[in-house]
Amino acid sequence: MSYKIAQIRLVSSHPEVYEPCDDSFALVDALLSDRNNLLELKPMLCMEVGCGSGYVITSLMLMLGEEANGAQFIATDINHHAIKVTQETMEAHGVYAELINTDIASGLENRLAGSVDLLVVNPPYVPTPEDEVGREGIASAWAGGENGRSVIDKILPVAEKLLSKRGWLYMVTLTANNPSQICRQMMKKGYASKIVVQRSTVEESLHIIKFWKDNDIEADTNDVITNSKAVPLGIVDSVRSQIQRLSFWGSCDINTTTN
Amino acid sequence: MRLLTHNMLSSNIKGVTNGFPLKIQVEKVVEKQVEINHDFLRNIFPKIDWKAFSDASRIMGYDEMPEEPPEPSVLELNVEFLGKFHHALLELHLEEGALLCPETGRKFPVNKGIPNMLLLEDKV
Repeated sequence: MSYKIAQIRLVSSHPEVYEPCDDSFALVDALLSDRNNLLELKPMLCMEVGCGSGYVITSLMLMLGEEANGAQFIATDINHHAIKVTQETMEAHGVYAELINTDIASGLENRLAGSVDLLVVNPPYVPTPEDEVGREGIASAWAGGENGRSVIDKILPVAEKLLSKRGWLYMVTLTANNPSQICRQMMKKGYASKIVVQRSTVEESLHIIKFWKDNDIEADTNDVITNSKAVPLGIVDSVRSQIQRLSFWGSCDINTTTN
Repeated sequence: MRLLTHNMLSSNIKGVTNGFPLKIQVEKVVEKQVEINHDFLRNIFPKIDWKAFSDASRIMGYDEMPEEPPEPSVLELNVEFLGKFHHALLELHLEEGALLCPETGRKFPVNKGIPNMLLLEDKV
């Protein structure tokens, strides 16, 4: 069965705003493949950091539709043109999210801490010279600094702060971003992860990774901290399984298994 | 910008310790009807800073929200109250105006319903 997502012809545009591309489509496909799980999660507050054209947040609202049961949506972007374009894209599809022109989630971090049940991020992940990061306009949509990690590494601690205990994060990464290292880093904070969609294009190899809080991992990590000489077998095993999962990227395009 | 969002926003200026709530400066308020969802209202209620919310609703020209937070039982039983809570939280929009940092007075403009929290000239 196919679900409603944003229609490209209704997506607004501006020369300074990133248009929906392979990465946006892969992220929407990841959300689509997880749609039933998302409905079971019953998210109350959903958020997108860096909404760009609005294609992803609009698609998310459309695919959850009336079954979202009153969930509210918030989207941010540092680029005011992107906010305007997102507003137009949403209006064209008859959906509504609160929009805030801000850097990542600046201004929301305190009061929204621990409240976001679903966070989606298509970060600027392209490796660039560091001085291209933080420029105005469309560059902010892709310039990721060294290994494309400069902005990702700013977003991850914010995501951790915003996510509720049952919250899920979906993030786009490129092989150059070293996604297995990102997963290991998040694991230290108690997050399990899996690749929901893997897609190779001529230019890049994209992975949409889903992160969620796993209490077992958290317990294991605490053990490591309190007993630093002996690393419990459990965490070694789970790290190994993660790395395996991340090293052998798999041949299928969409992995729809549930966690 | 809805009052739900206002309730989730703080001043992000470096060094500010009491950045919440932002003071609302109203130029234009608009109302946009949306479908009511009782579950959402009951679930979000514990996360709302009630004083900030009821003060904000009055500044926006809506006097129906009590100063003291209602008992949770009111949310269970009083459908009329839920309707008013829904209206204040999700249907009133600050279309034009500003949000002021309560500590520094720094102004964050709200244009076409969008708050601008960027601190471009100041050091964050």
